[in-house]
Amino acid sequence: MSTQHISVTVNGQVREADVEPRLLLVHFLRDVLGLTGTHVGCDTSNCGACTVHVDGDSAKSCTMLAVQADGRRVTTIEGLSGGPGLHPLQQGFWDQHGLQCGFCTPGMIMQAAWLLGRDPDPSEQEIREGIAGNLCRCTGYVNIVKAIQQAAGELQAASEAPAETAGAAS
Amino acid sequence: MSDAQTPTTTPEVSGMGHSMKRKEDPRFIRGQGEYIDDVVLPNMLWMDIVRSPYAHAKINSIDASEALATPGVVAVITGKDLEAAGLHWMPTLAGDKQMVLPTDTVMYQAQEVAAVIAESRYAAADGAAAMYVDYDPLPVVVDPFKALEPDAPVLRPDRGPEKANNHIWHWESGDKAATDAALAASDRVIPLDVYIPRIHVASIETCGCIADWDPVREHLDFHVTSQAPHVYRTVISLVSGIPETKIRVKTHDIGGGFGGKVPVYPGYVIAIVASLTTGRPVKWIEDRSENLQADSFARDYHIHAELGVTDDGKVTGLKVKTVADHGYTDAAADPSKFPAGLFNVITGSYDMPQAFVEVDGVYTNKPPGGVAYRCSFRVTEAVHTIERLVDVAAGELGMDPAEFRFKNFIQPEQFPYHTATGWDYDSGDYPAALRKAMDIIGYADLRREQAEKRARGELMGIGISSFTEIVGAGPSHTFDIIGIKMFDSCEIRVHPTGSAIARLGVQSQGQGHETTYAQIIAEELGIPAKDITIEEGDTDTAPYGLGTYASRSTPVAGAATAIAARKIREKARLIAAHLLEASPDDLEWTNGKWSVKGSPDRFKTIQEIAFAAYTNLPQGMEAGLEATDYYDPPNLTFPFGSYICVVDIDKGTGQVKVRRFVAVDDCGNIINPMIVDGQIHGGLTMGLAPALYEEINYDDQGNNLAGTFMDYLLPTAIETPSWETDKTITPSPHHPLGAKGVGESATVGAPPAIANAVVDALWHLGVRHVDIPMTPQKVWAILQEKGVTT
Repeated sequence: MSTQHISVTVNGQVREADVEPRLLLVHFLRDVLGLTGTHVGCDTSNCGACTVHVDGDSAKSCTMLAVQADGRRVTTIEGLSGGPGLHPLQQGFWDQHGLQCGFCTPGMIMQAAWLLGRDPDPSEQEIREGIAGNLCRCTGYVNIVKAIQQAAGELQAASEAPAETAGAAS
Repeated sequence: MSDAQTPTTTPEVSGMGHSMKRKEDPRFIRGQGEYIDDVVLPNMLWMDIVRSPYAHAKINSIDASEALATPGVVAVITGKDLEAAGLHWMPTLAGDKQMVLPTDTVMYQAQEVAAVIAESRYAAADGAAAMYVDYDPLPVVVDPFKALEPDAPVLRPDRGPEKANNHIWHWESGDKAATDAALAASDRVIPLDVYIPRIHVASIETCGCIADWDPVREHLDFHVTSQAPHVYRTVISLVSGIPETKIRVKTHDIGGGFGGKVPVYPGYVIAIVASLTTGRPVKWIEDRSENLQADSFARDYHIHAELGVTDDGKVTGLKVKTVADHGYTDAAADPSKFPAGLFNVITGSYDMPQAFVEVDGVYTNKPPGGVAYRCSFRVTEAVHTIERLVDVAAGELGMDPAEFRFKNFIQPEQFPYHTATGWDYDSGDYPAALRKAMDIIGYADLRREQAEKRARGELMGIGISSFTEIVGAGPSHTFDIIGIKMFDSCEIRVHPTGSAIARLGVQSQGQGHETTYAQIIAEELGIPAKDITIEEGDTDTAPYGLGTYASRSTPVAGAATAIAARKIREKARLIAAHLLEASPDDLEWTNGKWSVKGSPDRFKTIQEIAFAAYTNLPQGMEAGLEATDYYDPPNLTFPFGSYICVVDIDKGTGQVKVRRFVAVDDCGNIINPMIVDGQIHGGLTMGLAPALYEEINYDDQGNNLAGTFMDYLLPTAIETPSWETDKTITPSPHHPLGAKGVGESATVGAPPAIANAVVDALWHLGVRHVDIPMTPQKVWAILQEKGVTT
């Protein structure tokens, strides 16, 4: 089968490959790049285990072709924190027992990151609606909601902190 | 019974009762878990499976020529190939047999028909799509009652002429004559027909494996999503003839199990054959449709029950007759002596003078059923039936369902309690749990609110479930699977510098074993839990165990862990006596130290003792500080709880909304309260799911009507209520830690609370029962029939 050359910026690094046009983005990430934090749970876009960010938008990578990501920026769970430390959402999931088997967790965290990017202070109902495209079979969602609330609080505090410092200085 | 548990260790040590954050989480939150599909071996091939579109058909021919000509395809395996090696059938855990690949007949839709082995995931799928199979459809039997009719097609002619029917087995429990007499003498007999439909565990990770046969070493590495790796090794050895010492089963991280990863699936055996044939590693990962259509199912029980009561509301006897639809083979994972699992725990939380239970297993053209769905061996079916029955009985007698329960509960002073079907409940305080749940939810106020709403024509219901679970299989005199007694095991080694490793025969699938077993050892030895590594799922290193299912890990392997630690503590006493130049009898154990009685400043810490175990031993003592325990539980444990659910029903759409749900659980002493709460949250959600949404049903041609997540509806965060949990603590008297299992309590207890709430909302309309799932369509149809309008 013929291949197509693609160039995708994945977690800040330009990654180039010749891929079959039918190759799913999730298989490009997992099988070609070895980024196995993004999981496959259903093949029908229902479960969200494969959620990544494409140009900052939440995307289910099992329902997108790798060639559609050509020239775009993709962020996966491996690149979320941008360094060795934990993103506030990763910390929140750990602190609040927001995961059990861990299989849905990367997709759930990526979806929550997208949600908090759009709405830094969501209500519980808005969080529940925001993650409704991500299925978890273990936790019953209660602690996932708490984890996202914890992260929202931390991210807000972090974004307000410089402004307060500036205010105090003046 | 108490309401709280005070830890005896410091947070630094984090023994029992501490909500220690999980040790396994740092890898999962970073996407660094290692699940089966993340494992890539050098030179690995891929397998894809061709499946039957028919529920029952004769295979005329299989043409693999085009598949074999497909780029990347290496081999095709059919039933005929396996037949040559005697591998086309394999035994099931229930003593039946099932096809690995068919040679002439397919028995259910999506059954494996052939396998294609190729150089890549996509090439294998291409090859599978290029396979041509010629079928002649045969008559399909999907209804187990029709399957029992004399003129029904015989689905399993391989059983021989003396079994020319579709009846698998008959099982009964209790005293039939005494129960008949009790019902005859009752003021009333309350009948109820309950169907518990087929459902599927649908763990978010599907099943999969890599078979890696090394032809030079003549050794099989088998990587697999298994809840019971040691049993897998034995089964693979028995089926394949490969010596058990030449097989290593390894599990990696598992993305949820819930019972669905107990059976040995045909795909696993085919992958092993593929690796034996090609001499290369072969990976097979099922997709979601394969998972929902072909993996083992749960439930599918057709139950008729009759409860005898007196006019003043005392239960007198219970009689239950059940038809169990097992699909085309009995591949249940129940203990050998229990073909219907522990279904005879159906007398529940009530002081039931007599009971008789009978179950008949039946073949149909469906995939094998009878595994759990986060439920310990058919307990959900039992609890649903008795909890629905007592509600109907209370309603018919004009009693409040809480009052009826209080009147019939086994009382705290009656424990240990021997049931009419032979179980010995270890401990419980059922009235306390129900009272607590009623206080938390404000039961009396809710009843007042309901009366006001009913007067206004609004539909609100309150449902109670006071369940008793039965977990921790099990005592060796009664419990085995394929003859192997249901013990479990732990081996602990304390290193010279005071840290430790423990290996167990069970297998976490999200339960947090790396944390909780470390906490048990921390409790017993005073070594901080963070310094203890827990390892499972490698049959080359871990002691043999039966695995994790049916909430048995804490009752059985947890006990083994405590006992192994205590053996180490006793050896540590001898070493400490040597170091302190004191008699072992003069030492006492407190907070991780052996100290001289009356001289608390003369002590040796477990870390000092561990170092001495390798450097400064008493004369004649073996070096090292390690112990192993294979624990044979003296009894099962009987966790319990009371749940109360409030629902509102939309009269226009029939939609049921769970407004509140209070769960008071009692699982005895608690290892990690945070993890127990998480287990209950998850269990409740897997109780909500079959109560309102999930069902695998079939049309009359045996077509699976819920084969994807677009049709099989798992609850999302929107449907799932914010669970309210609390607890009472009634320790198990026979468990070394006073603990009981908990992982499945909520799955068992929640569905009848929701069903009772829905029926309660509709009771005044004359509704006495609604089968689960109580979908909007089903409820709306009832409202139409009853003339309810918006």
